[in-house]
Amino acid sequence: MPKIVRQKIEFEGRVEEREVVIEGDDLPIWAADQPLRVVGTSVPRVDGAERAAGAAQYTADLYPAGLVFGAMLRSPHAHAKIRRLDAARAERAPGVRLVLSHLNTTGIPWYNGVSALFGTELRYAGEEVAAVFADSAAAARDALDLVDVEYEVLPHVVDPEAALAKDAPKVHAAGNVLGGAAERYARGDVEAGFSGAAATVELRAETQDVLHHSMETHGSICEWSGGRLTIYDSTAHIFGVRRQVAAALKVPLDHVRVVSRFMGGGFGSKNQAAKHTVLAALAARRLGRPVKIMFTRAEESIAAGKRPRSAQRIRLAASRAGRLVAIDYWGVSGLGAYRAVGSPLAGPAKEMYACPNVRTEVWNVFTNTGPGAAFRAPGYVEGTVGLDCAMEALADRLGIDPLELRLRNYAEGDQVLARPYSSKFLREAYKMAADAAGWSRRAATPAAPVRSGAPRRGFGMASQIWGGAGSAPAYAEVRLNPDGTVDVRIGTHDIGTGARTALTQIAAEVLTLPIEKITVLLGDTDFPYSPLSAGSQTIASCGPAVRMAAEEARRHLLDTAASVLEAAPSDIRLEAGSMSVAGVPDRKIAVHELTGRMNNFTIGGRGFRGANPDGVTIRTWGVQIAEVEVDPETGDVRIIKITACHDVGRVINPMGYVSQIHGGVIQGIGMALYEDHVTDPESGTVMDLGFDTYAMPRQSMIPQIEALAVGQPDPVSNNLGVKGVGEPPIIPTAAALVNAIANAVGVRVTSLPVTPAKIIRALGGA
Amino acid sequence: MPNDSMPDAPRAIAMTVNGRAETLGVPARRSLLHALREDLHLTGTKEGCGVGTCGACTVLLDGRPVLSCLMLAVQAEGRAVDTVESLSHDGALAPVQDAFVRHDALQCGFCTPGQIMALEGLLRRTPRPSEEMVRRALEGNVCRCGTQLRIQDAARELAGGGRSR
Repeated sequence: MPKIVRQKIEFEGRVEEREVVIEGDDLPIWAADQPLRVVGTSVPRVDGAERAAGAAQYTADLYPAGLVFGAMLRSPHAHAKIRRLDAARAERAPGVRLVLSHLNTTGIPWYNGVSALFGTELRYAGEEVAAVFADSAAAARDALDLVDVEYEVLPHVVDPEAALAKDAPKVHAAGNVLGGAAERYARGDVEAGFSGAAATVELRAETQDVLHHSMETHGSICEWSGGRLTIYDSTAHIFGVRRQVAAALKVPLDHVRVVSRFMGGGFGSKNQAAKHTVLAALAARRLGRPVKIMFTRAEESIAAGKRPRSAQRIRLAASRAGRLVAIDYWGVSGLGAYRAVGSPLAGPAKEMYACPNVRTEVWNVFTNTGPGAAFRAPGYVEGTVGLDCAMEALADRLGIDPLELRLRNYAEGDQVLARPYSSKFLREAYKMAADAAGWSRRAATPAAPVRSGAPRRGFGMASQIWGGAGSAPAYAEVRLNPDGTVDVRIGTHDIGTGARTALTQIAAEVLTLPIEKITVLLGDTDFPYSPLSAGSQTIASCGPAVRMAAEEARRHLLDTAASVLEAAPSDIRLEAGSMSVAGVPDRKIAVHELTGRMNNFTIGGRGFRGANPDGVTIRTWGVQIAEVEVDPETGDVRIIKITACHDVGRVINPMGYVSQIHGGVIQGIGMALYEDHVTDPESGTVMDLGFDTYAMPRQSMIPQIEALAVGQPDPVSNNLGVKGVGEPPIIPTAAALVNAIANAVGVRVTSLPVTPAKIIRALGGA
Repeated sequence: MPNDSMPDAPRAIAMTVNGRAETLGVPARRSLLHALREDLHLTGTKEGCGVGTCGACTVLLDGRPVLSCLMLAVQAEGRAVDTVESLSHDGALAPVQDAFVRHDALQCGFCTPGQIMALEGLLRRTPRPSEEMVRRALEGNVCRCGTQLRIQDAARELAGGGRSR
């Protein structure tokens, strides 16, 4: 009998209490000594050939017959009201079939009711004003200029610190601060900690607005048939899109199907339904034709989400022996105009290092800029820049090796929730990374800024803490086909992470079949529910469900074989796709022979994700070490090497693991040194409209990366002992680079991106 | 000069695409990229930016890599265009594609056809390129997932003749 329990669930740096339905008993965990044949080995991704051949069809690649194309007219002003809108000229333009605006789409609330699908108050330059639908994308875009709009321009504010000021323009009538107040946390007595400290450091850190810029832009295709809607969407959350679109259009859930078989990257920006999807659905219904809206690259820059900028002030106090006695953290993060979830900037400060006295205050602030969105470890990348740069400043102040300082402040348990960690192999990670990076070669940080001479080497480090436990619910189905091949159905996504491959390995492990015999079908709301692919939770949420479904199929297989082989089910052994009677190896039948004999009587299994263990906190851990060379005369930074070692539980596919580390580190490098999404404070408009003005990491910018894994399964996290790896590797990269630059030339530039100009300025140059 | 007053009126052009003679009617403003994707249904070639800054749309024009979003289809009149679809035959991958898969040189895969065609173009001119030549040849191909080092690994194997090509 299913029962409901209340549990603390972590997702993307936030803990909340939720009701969890427990259906039955979970399987015993695969312990560290579990003999495994496929899980834990490197498997090239199962859909690699399809992608490399150009055969994989992304949302952008679908052109159903009769397709109509949509394009959006966007606000040119950072803050304005629509006084008058007249679409008549656009409606008469060649090829145009429909124009949607607030005049003919009333009553659809958006952004949790704060605005509407087409609001008449526009809160950022780029907000949707109207949508034109035409026979070609070019015709739709051509007609955008023919929509006549009269705006009443209002005062705007684009910087979150400026938006905190009392007299700042109001982004929302209710005020610019999310929830009306800062998020505060305290334990112990911070003032007492500071008053008795042997050493203190204080620093300010600033992180910039960073764009996701997934290579496939945001886009949807909507098609109605018999009152039912099918949505092909470039999304990491098919079930969320289904729920949101069904609610917006007031149609029942079973009338909406969302499909996302291949998805060209999202990194957090595709975690929910967006306006364009609802617009395409509305237009498709009115026109009786399929409708497609794909963002342009410029639209990705202004209206598709960003990691919002932060400003932080952090003070640390320590004893002479280097024990932290107080942490005082203050931060402000932007939200853009509409993000309803704040950035958990203070997460690392609260929990990463052992410290009895901690106070944090985080302001999440609306600005007249494009919407903020989750971006790979939201808040923690930023917060780690503050905390771990302050830690190395403290190490230099005390004359203690930064690694040694971190070991002296190793947190043995969760100090926020006052309970143990399920496992923590960060000591092992520190050692593995330090050995591989040659940390012992690190020289002391120069006491004074180095302003001239030859390029100098430096080492820097940063620690990583993050969730990634995954959680219920997630479900999977396994079916054996008559020829002995297997279909696994699960409503998750492979957003490029290799989830399809890892889930295939899990099913192959249980059924003892080769990888090639198994097809994982995903990305479709016709399949069993799975959560959004975010929060490093896909494998930790879906993997255990797939294992359970495969185990149930395996049990049915053994039962059936037992009757055929005339033996007790407990005497049947399954090995390498063949079942035999224990002690009588000749009495055997192969899986495909058995399923073939059964015609279309189908052996299958259903699995669910069990609840997370109670009373423990599940975290991923890691450390990265950067080695750089800095030219003190030009401020040029050359990264020699990034060494990464993370503890993410059992690694299902070491090859996929290394690729995830590469991806996180490379995005971290981009954020640390190059990328900058610039909004002009005067006009409130975006300056970088694509890759010509936004510096994406390219081949020449990528250093050597050594990706190591501790690889110890978590003893209690779920039936696989896995945790997530998607986000951990981006968290420490930027902080480690800032620290390495400081170690090289003696100035800690904690304003991202760390450009040569900023380094020269910090060194006291022009 | 026919059709000058009607830029959207289709013009008939002939080109060789993936070894096949094709005749198609395209408006003068139609890019080669859109002609490939929408008229010839060759959607392996991707649009990442549409303005020549990401390389996702790379195809070979008379054997040399070009950005198909920056070319008008009419400019390809009489030329030979090879897209990613030309590399594999009956499901068998070409060496460059196979190397990408084995080295996990792709994640989301959206930039991959462009990366593959850019590298293929280099290898056709220079079968044993240096690592620096590989990086330069692929500098214009943006990958947001972070496969750059894996692509270098794949290229290194191909350049070293680790497998026959």
